[in-house]
Amino acid sequence: MGSYAKEELLACVIAGLVGEAAHVAVGAASPIPATACSLLRARGRPLRVSLLHKRKGNPFSDGSRELFDLAGQGRIDVFFLGGAQIDGEANINLVRAEGRRFPGSFGSAFMYFAARRTILFREEHSRRVLVPKVEFVSAPGWSPPGVWRPGGPQALVTGKAVFSWQKDRRRFRLESVHPGHDLDEVRADTGFEFDCPSTVPATIAPTSEEITMLRGSVMREIAASYPEFARRVWPQRSAAA
Amino acid sequence: MDRLPANATRFFPDADALAAQIPDGALLAMPPDYSLPAMAVVRALIRRRARRLKLLGVPVLGLCADLLIGAGCVAEVETSAVSLGEAGLAPRFTEAVERGEIVVRDATCPMIHSGLQAAEKGVPFMPLRGVLGSDLVALRPDWKVIDNPMGENDPIILAPAISPDIALFHARWADRAGNVWLGRRRELATIAHAAKATLVSCESVREGDMLEDELLAPGVLASVYVTGVAEAKRGAWPLGVIDEYPIDDAHLAAYAKAARTREGFARYLDEWVLTPRKSFSPA
Repeated sequence: MGSYAKEELLACVIAGLVGEAAHVAVGAASPIPATACSLLRARGRPLRVSLLHKRKGNPFSDGSRELFDLAGQGRIDVFFLGGAQIDGEANINLVRAEGRRFPGSFGSAFMYFAARRTILFREEHSRRVLVPKVEFVSAPGWSPPGVWRPGGPQALVTGKAVFSWQKDRRRFRLESVHPGHDLDEVRADTGFEFDCPSTVPATIAPTSEEITMLRGSVMREIAASYPEFARRVWPQRSAAA
Repeated sequence: MDRLPANATRFFPDADALAAQIPDGALLAMPPDYSLPAMAVVRALIRRRARRLKLLGVPVLGLCADLLIGAGCVAEVETSAVSLGEAGLAPRFTEAVERGEIVVRDATCPMIHSGLQAAEKGVPFMPLRGVLGSDLVALRPDWKVIDNPMGENDPIILAPAISPDIALFHARWADRAGNVWLGRRRELATIAHAAKATLVSCESVREGDMLEDELLAPGVLASVYVTGVAEAKRGAWPLGVIDEYPIDDAHLAAYAKAARTREGFARYLDEWVLTPRKSFSPA
């Protein structure tokens, strides 16, 4: 199996969560989710991946509203969102925290409702990010009965662990902890309460087959849209490509 | 000499002449960094010391907004985000908001698209799904929640029509008839349809009329919407124009670093905006 980068592990985890989707859309500044989708396609999965900020060959031709129109019709199965803060009810905050301003809500207040599943992804796993209650709700994790909401959170992936979302309990459940981290650390660094099985497995590391794919065709595809990311994760290889 | 209609497109000599058409205090709609921002005109706006502009991000903003905010040209921003993408946070926007120097009317992307679509149809609002339960709703008294009149007990949000004073963007081509070729960047057409006036910088002005070419026509914004055009070669730089020049990532990264401080930003303005340059080609 050999060594792998943290980004490679996270891409493999996300690929597993995307699973049997038919159409995944990947938004701005999401190189790891984009890598996960590229990996699924490299494995031969018939997955439509719409990279919204692909520098050439963007998948749409009716302007930037087309993504939202597609999603509103139910044509997007999986989307990715992050947050300056994420809380235990899966609310996300992209606007402001602790006196600091962040870029803004982007399309989250719509996509979190409309995409059939949303995978929350934030590499930093700390009490600063995973808070008891977000300071500002860019998009709510759940909606009361009677509010149109075909979609919602599926899971939360961080640099230390994977949580699933339990819609009926409105709580996260810890599913696995990444190699090199442990349950005590995850508890110490998570600001919200979550359900936890009696034994928590380690996140499955990338296989050698996955690593080969990641460092081959996946890397070349990702470098075209996320050149800085590719240079950072695969410094020798991307320079040679 | 042809008898031109009263709303015929005017041709201006350069980006500075186009910037002179944008009055202080205007509601100025602009695209994100990936969708043809008119950077040469933005630099000209800073040189002419534009003030109290209200920016509308369609649906988000990047470098153009950060430069204008840092240079003191902006009073208010309505947008779904301001970011430099891979280069990180927009430093001048971030600091101006944290210090309370500008007003931000936070939105979410499809509410802005819907508001512009309402304006282009000449109707007062457009309904949109989602958004309910976001704190954005409380911040935006102009967004109304009603019970779906076609259903029952089905709350739905309405985006009010947005009609910018001016739409400003860059394009690969304009033509002598005043048409502008946008290609697939149709959000630029939506802004132009919704705006009271549209100003466009372009890589080059072609002879003839692109609407008479079936292959070009679907990517064309018809001259009826185009108020003014000026040629500005490499006018989107340091952003890109597909098939003409790529995004100058190194420059963006250097900007993001320099603009972390007011002093660094002032030095950037001196070097890249306030000093007349022959060309914005990278060395």
